[in-house]
Amino acid sequence: MIYREAGQFKTSYNSDQALLPVAQDRFFVIGLLVVAYLVIPFVANDYWLNSIFLQFFIFALAAIGLNILTGYAGQLSLGTGGFMACGAFSAYKLATSFPDMHIIIVLFIAGLITALVGMLFGIPSLRIKGFYLAVSTLAAQFFLLWLFNRVPWFTNYSSSGVISPPPIKLIGDYYITGPQATNLTQYFFTLTLVVVMALGARNIIRGHIGRSWMAMRDMDIAAEIIGISPLRAKLSAFAVSSFYCGIAGALWAFLYTETVQPLAFEINQSFLILFMIIIGGLGSILGSFFGAAFILVLPIFLNSAPALLGLKLSGSLVTHIEFMVFGVLIVFFLIVEPHGLARLWGIAKEKLRLWPFPY
Amino acid sequence: MNNLVKKITIVMLIGVVFSLTGLAQAAEKIYVPMLTYTTGPYAPGGLPIDQGFRDYFKYVNATGGVNGVMLDWETCEYGYNTGRGVECYDRIKSKNGKMGVAVFPLSTGVTYALIPKTQADGMVLHSMGYGRTDASDGRVFSHVFTAPMTYWSQVTAITKYIGEQMGGLNNLKGKKIALVYHNSAYGKEPIKTLEVLSKKYGFKFLKYPVNHPGLEQKSTWLKIGRQTKPDFAIIFGWGVMTQTSIKEAKAIGYPVSKIIGNWWSASENDTRPAGAASVGYKAAGFHTIGKKYQLHKDILAKVYGAGNGSGEKSVVGEVLYNRALVQGVILTEAIRAAQKKYGNIAINGKQLAWGYEHVNLTSSRLNELGLGGFMKPLKITCANHEGANNLLIHEWDGNNWVNPSKWYTPMYDVTRPMIESSAAAYAKEKGITPRSNCN
Repeated sequence: MIYREAGQFKTSYNSDQALLPVAQDRFFVIGLLVVAYLVIPFVANDYWLNSIFLQFFIFALAAIGLNILTGYAGQLSLGTGGFMACGAFSAYKLATSFPDMHIIIVLFIAGLITALVGMLFGIPSLRIKGFYLAVSTLAAQFFLLWLFNRVPWFTNYSSSGVISPPPIKLIGDYYITGPQATNLTQYFFTLTLVVVMALGARNIIRGHIGRSWMAMRDMDIAAEIIGISPLRAKLSAFAVSSFYCGIAGALWAFLYTETVQPLAFEINQSFLILFMIIIGGLGSILGSFFGAAFILVLPIFLNSAPALLGLKLSGSLVTHIEFMVFGVLIVFFLIVEPHGLARLWGIAKEKLRLWPFPY
Repeated sequence: MNNLVKKITIVMLIGVVFSLTGLAQAAEKIYVPMLTYTTGPYAPGGLPIDQGFRDYFKYVNATGGVNGVMLDWETCEYGYNTGRGVECYDRIKSKNGKMGVAVFPLSTGVTYALIPKTQADGMVLHSMGYGRTDASDGRVFSHVFTAPMTYWSQVTAITKYIGEQMGGLNNLKGKKIALVYHNSAYGKEPIKTLEVLSKKYGFKFLKYPVNHPGLEQKSTWLKIGRQTKPDFAIIFGWGVMTQTSIKEAKAIGYPVSKIIGNWWSASENDTRPAGAASVGYKAAGFHTIGKKYQLHKDILAKVYGAGNGSGEKSVVGEVLYNRALVQGVILTEAIRAAQKKYGNIAINGKQLAWGYEHVNLTSSRLNELGLGGFMKPLKITCANHEGANNLLIHEWDGNNWVNPSKWYTPMYDVTRPMIESSAAAYAKEKGITPRSNCN
């Protein structure tokens, strides 16, 4: 009853092809944006803004990137961490070589560089698929980190190989990185970027490129027969996916940890993002957000829950409880809904359509 | 039912009263957020440090606080993961609206991440024997401290020791020294210094990176033991890496007595798991080992005697436990120094930074603190946040650290110009004007 599209007539092609054709979906997303822009910044404290939302947005962006490649185009990738590192290091090189370059341009070019690197590592996907491709993307992960560790040029010959981004101004006197940057500036900047890029991803996926990815994913031979070029479809998926991952990596290094170090983009990071899209839902933009929230925010919540409840437990015990509860929850959700949280969301919507008179 | 409601109300009321009194007290305390890791592959290093910190804080509070001001702390477990470390810092940096005064990240990666954040929050970042070496230049890094010694100074002192074993630094010519290091910011810190030293003394410097977490070192030690055969190997390991190094070295037949661990590869948790293989292993430190000092006796009596110990009693006096005591002593001395200027109040982070710059741990002061002979005197100044200190080498006999060497002074004439030029480059990159009122 709540979620019913009955009576919503589409009288033009434009309304039929809208991004969110159902009015309730539209209201929901607009409501969410209003909350994100107008409520959260005034309610949340620095901890929530910086440690929860900022991290969440950045990982959601990376998850969207991987979802494009794995969820939509069907190319299993374990190189996300490497691509994120690539974005972070390109952004660092750009920001230090051209101090006057605007942060948006820095991020955009860093994304483009990562897209190129991603395409390079995507070439094997033309010949191999499935687990074999996972191994070749694993090579990207290890090779890229090795490269950044090994070649001192990437770190501007810093002694420890850990570098920090220079303070960059966003507009006027508002800094986006460095000690003068406020959490609010970073929050609004990342939020806007994520919204724009998520909308962009959804649009690409609806278009002929996205359809060619999905055709490739569902059956590559059939796709080829109906005239989709595997070269173009697969490499474009790698490019777009890496573009997103690269920007996410640059944001993580520039805004969140404020250091760029290869160790932060380890193989664990790649797994984490892969888990995000598996738990969240393969082939779903919304699922990327769900997954990021589940994998990233839930452990932090579990870790701080005992203290919030007033229980005085030792740090190691809390962490062990966190691991156990989190593991159980992953298993639970995968048993309840193997297609991820996005599918649960879909089921919930279908139930709401019939409510209160299910048949 | 009614009874139950009554009971619950009473319990809740008591809780409210307690938390209110807690609030009232917190206002006068000095709050220190503690980032710890007692889980994961680096827990062997994190556990004794965590215990030492908390014991020392409890001891200070049990003996009347710092000039009557109590210490308050909150811990957050981050598992040596940089992302979680930043999250932890944000979570516990303030308590009841009062910002902490100092933070000790215990990880070079997190130290790097927290340098801008602590600056914004007006907090002292004390990376004791780790972190960013060029932060020792107090003119550029006003709120970061590296006392009592940095990695760069450490390797110069270790080189002095190696030179002495060879019969003089001049005999290093043509010799080979290997560095087996954790392939992260931490492990890479000493490379530049060793390169400079290798040019100066003519020894060959070999680098062997070991990737996180450090459990795979077979090929590394195969190369060291069979191919390059260096005269000495220095280990920059942490957590499970060091014991693996010792085991692999033994397995390949490289003499363990020729391996020198840096001060983070110098604990019982590195040598004990390696068992008999680690007999003869040498390790550096800027303080001695054991619990024969008055401070240890006092802690055992006042903290453990009262049943307040933060862990196993046997850990008291271990290497990393003692390291935490050094950290605690420097902190409380800095608080005292700041209180001399600002009065005996719960000082804030900015005031503490001033206090840090006026820490003067003379040997008589160390005696007063019950630590006579435990470490060498330390004086921190506005320009030099590293201070000057000494280093000594211990040897593991299978059960205990024995044969402490004499104290070695680092080659500050080598490291200080490097620190200053590196800090100047950082200042230029970040657009910081170095403080001129330091000299």
